[in-house]
Amino acid sequence: MNAVLLVEQSLNGLQFGLMLFLLAAGLTLVFGIMDMVNLAHGSLYMVGAYLVATATLASGSFWLGLGVGMLATAALAALLEVGLLRHFYERDHLAQVLGTFAVLLMANEGVRMVWGSQAISLNPPEALAGPVELWPGFSYSAYRLFIIAVGLVVAALLYLLVTRTRLGMQVRAGASNRDMALAMGVPVRRLFTGVFALGAALCALAGGLLGPLLAVQVGMGEQILILAFVVIVIGGIGSMRGAFLGALLVGGVDTAGRTLLPTALQWLWPGEAAANAGATVAPILIYLLMAAVLFFKPRGLFPAHG
Amino acid sequence: MTRLPCPLSAPLLVAALAAASLCTAAQAADAVKVGMLSTLSGPGAGLGIDIRDGFNLALQHTGGKLGGLPAEVIVADDQMNPEAAKQTADRLIKRDKVDFMTGVVFSNIMLAVGQPIFASKTFYISANAGPSQYAGAQCNPYFFNVAWQNDNLHEAVGKVVTDKGFKKAAILAPNYPAGKDALAGFKRYFKGQVVMETYTPLSQLDYGAELSKMRASGADSVYIFLPGGLGINFIKQFVGAGLSKDMTLFGPGFSADEDVIRAVGEPMLGMFNTSQWAHDMANAANKRFVADFQKAHGRLPSLYASQGYDAARLMDAAVRDVKGNLADKAALRKAIEAARFESVRGDFKFNTNHYPVQDYHLRVITLDAQGRVTNRLLGKVFEKHADAYVGDCKMPAL
Repeated sequence: MNAVLLVEQSLNGLQFGLMLFLLAAGLTLVFGIMDMVNLAHGSLYMVGAYLVATATLASGSFWLGLGVGMLATAALAALLEVGLLRHFYERDHLAQVLGTFAVLLMANEGVRMVWGSQAISLNPPEALAGPVELWPGFSYSAYRLFIIAVGLVVAALLYLLVTRTRLGMQVRAGASNRDMALAMGVPVRRLFTGVFALGAALCALAGGLLGPLLAVQVGMGEQILILAFVVIVIGGIGSMRGAFLGALLVGGVDTAGRTLLPTALQWLWPGEAAANAGATVAPILIYLLMAAVLFFKPRGLFPAHG
Repeated sequence: MTRLPCPLSAPLLVAALAAASLCTAAQAADAVKVGMLSTLSGPGAGLGIDIRDGFNLALQHTGGKLGGLPAEVIVADDQMNPEAAKQTADRLIKRDKVDFMTGVVFSNIMLAVGQPIFASKTFYISANAGPSQYAGAQCNPYFFNVAWQNDNLHEAVGKVVTDKGFKKAAILAPNYPAGKDALAGFKRYFKGQVVMETYTPLSQLDYGAELSKMRASGADSVYIFLPGGLGINFIKQFVGAGLSKDMTLFGPGFSADEDVIRAVGEPMLGMFNTSQWAHDMANAANKRFVADFQKAHGRLPSLYASQGYDAARLMDAAVRDVKGNLADKAALRKAIEAARFESVRGDFKFNTNHYPVQDYHLRVITLDAQGRVTNRLLGKVFEKHADAYVGDCKMPAL
C-alpha cells in the first residue's frame, strides 16, 4: 500500500463513478418526474455506443463520431418516448417494467441484426492513447483523465441546468410534486420528451467514452443498468445531487473493493485462497452499501419528493 | 444409433423392407453429423469463429466429406453462457442426433455440457477447452482434446520467464476453471516470486484497478491469461497506463495471436508467447492450411483456427479407419485414439487420458518481411510434453 496506488485508485474510482453518473442522471429524472421505471435505459446506452462506434469508424474521427452518435441517440429516444413510453405513464410499475423490458429485448435482438453479434472494439483517439506523466515516476492513462474531465464538466453543466434555469426549476417541480406542477401550467409532456432525449444523449456520451476502454457489444446495457439503479436508489430517486454523490460512492467502493479487499484478505490468509475469495466478494460490496443506505435512510441519501 | 438385428426371413414384406433399410444404416452411416457448439457472440466470439472457419476449411479440403461420407455441420452459438449451452447441446444430441460434437471454447461451458454429451455416447473432440478435470480423475472415453490441456501453454511461459531471469511476476486470469488451470500451470514452472495473483470476473473488461495494483507490486514481469476481447482490452490499457516501460508482458499464445494483434497492433511488438502451433511452421500440411485460410478469409489463421482444422482432420481419419461404421463405438474410439492424421503442428499423439503429447514452442511478435505485425517462431520450450493430470486418470472401457 502506498501513495501512488491510493491516488491511482481514487482516479479510477472517480472515472468509473462519473460514467455511472451520466447514466444515472437520465434514469433518476425519468423515474423522479414521471414515476416511470425505464428498464430500456441500458438499451439507450448500448444503442448510443453502437451509433458512436459506427459514426467514428465511418468518419475516422472520434470527436465527430461522438457528436453524431449523441444526436442520433437523442432523436431515437424522443421517437421512443412519443411513440411508446408516453402511453405507460398512467399504468402501474409492473406494466412499465414489462413494457420497457420488452423494449430491452427487442433492442438487443435489433442490434444483433444490424451490427452482428461480434463485439466492436474502438481505439481511443491517437492523442490520448498513451500515458501522461503526472509527476516523476507516476504516469496515468491520458484517456482516463480525459473521461474524468468530461464527466466533471457535464456534471457541472447539469447542476447549472437544474438549479439555475427555468427549465431546471420545472424539472425539479415535476420531480417533487407532479400533479401540482401540472396544475401550475408546467408543460410536463413536452418537458418530459426533452428530458428523456437529454438522458439518452448522456447515455450515448457514456457509451461512446467507455467504448475504447470496454467493448461495444450486445448486452452491455444490462450490466451497467443494474449499477445505475443502485446509484439512484442510494442517491434518492429524482435527485440530481443524489445521483452524483451516489455514483461517486458506488464507483469508489467498487474500485477500492477490487484492490483493498484482496490485499486485506491476502494479509489474513496468504495464498491462492485469498485471491479467490477476494474475486468473489469484491463485486458484492456495492450491494452491501445499498442495503446499508436503505436500512438507515430508506428514501436514499437525498430524497427529491417532499 | 443402435445396431438392429437383421432378420433373414421376415414374415411381413413391409417389416422386412423397413428393417433392411435400418440394417444398412447401422453398418455404414450414409452421412456424418457434427454439432459445432461454439462461442459466436460477445467478447469471446473471435475464438469460436476461428475454430468454425478452420473446421470448415478442412471440410473444403476433403470435398465436404469426413472419412469419405458426406458431412453435415450444425453450427450453434453457446452465447458464452453455460445454461444456454446445455440446452443447445441437448438439442444437438437428442433432436439432431449428431455423431460428433466439437467447438466449445471456454472450459466452464465444457464442464457444463460434458456430462450430457458423454451420457448420450457421443464423441466430443475438443478444439479448444482442455479442463484439468477431464484430464485427471474425471477423464472420459468419449472426450478427446486435439488442442492441449489448459495448463500446458502456461507451463511453457513459466519456464520461459524463469529462463529469461525474471524474479518477480504479477499474474492475472479470469475467475473461471481455465483461469485457475492457467495460473496453476504458470506457477508450476516459474521459479521466481509471485508478487501479485489476481482473478477477475470473466465479464470484466476494465482493468484500471488491477493495473494500479501491478504498478504498486513492483513486479518486473507480468503474465496474463485473458482470451479474446479481454486480452485486447488489457494490453491496450497496459500500454495506455505506461506500464510497458517498467515490466515485460508475457502471455500464452491465446493472448498474443492474430485476433489480439489485429485489434491492438504495434504496441504488441516484442511480446513473447507460447503455442503448440505457429503459422510459420514449415511442414507441408501447415503450409497448405495457412495459404488456403488466407485466401478464403483474407487474414492469417490463429491457433484456434489450426485447432478447428485439426479437429476436422482427426474426425476425417477416424471415420475412414472404421469405414464409416459409426455405430461401433469401441472401434471408433480406437480409431480416434490412433489419430492417423497429419496435424498442422507436426508430431501429434494422444496420451492415455485422450489429451495430446506434443512439443510447445516460443514465439515473439515482430514485423515480418511484408511489414505485418505477427508472430515469429523462435524455438522449442518443451519436447513431447504431457500434462500433469494424466496420472489421476483411470480411463474406463466403454
